[in-house]
Amino acid sequence: MKYSNFMEITFKALSVNEGFARVCVASFCVQLNPSVDEITDIKTAVSEAVTNCVVHAYPTSVKGDVILRCELEDDTVSITITDKGVGIKDVIKAREPFYTSKPSAERSGMGFTVMESFMDNVQVVSNSFGTSVTMTKKISSGLSAVVG
Amino acid sequence: MQIKSRVHKGVLYVLLCGELDEHTASYTRITLEEIFDKPDFKKVIIDLSELDFMDSTGIGVLIGRYKKLKSKDIPIYITNPSTHAEKIFKITGLYDIMPKIV
Repeated sequence: MKYSNFMEITFKALSVNEGFARVCVASFCVQLNPSVDEITDIKTAVSEAVTNCVVHAYPTSVKGDVILRCELEDDTVSITITDKGVGIKDVIKAREPFYTSKPSAERSGMGFTVMESFMDNVQVVSNSFGTSVTMTKKISSGLSAVVG
Repeated sequence: MQIKSRVHKGVLYVLLCGELDEHTASYTRITLEEIFDKPDFKKVIIDLSELDFMDSTGIGVLIGRYKKLKSKDIPIYITNPSTHAEKIFKITGLYDIMPKIV
């Protein structure tokens, strides 16, 4: 029998919510019994994706929503972070290491590279109505907590 | 984020405590700039033993400070990074410009 569970939260694209988003996902994933390293990887990837929403998605002072959905299926975590912002003009370029659309703002341009390094798979879909980043990661000791 | 600093024998020791992300980046940047305005040091050692979390926004902040101090020929070194911080430093190549010291 497959184990599955999900949660979804919506919050305003403000930097103060980054820590909240990280902790929510980490708490939810605990049921798969991840290692400390795995949970830190996931928290970092979530932080990178939410930062992109906060910094880039809503360029005016009116900040929109960030929708964070976390799904667990057997031993795999799937996290989708969606905004309804301006979108990424060139996703391939944006995913290149050290590329930043805001070089003057001391951005490292390593957000997507960190997500790709810390998660097993990262998919980005973007258009002028917003951006959706889906990341998956298999938990090495997954399910022992929920089954045991 | 809390930042503590002291100068000892020409070395500026900086201790970063807490979480370094987009929310704390601005405060960290401004505070480090103020600390770096002190004239009495030739080397900076940033101690990360009490840094609980960092993402690539933190890397941007550190690189920015490196550029500022490079113009004064003052090197920055990193000490006591967590396994997690170390992983980010290796991915981003930060150790190439801010070597780790034990």
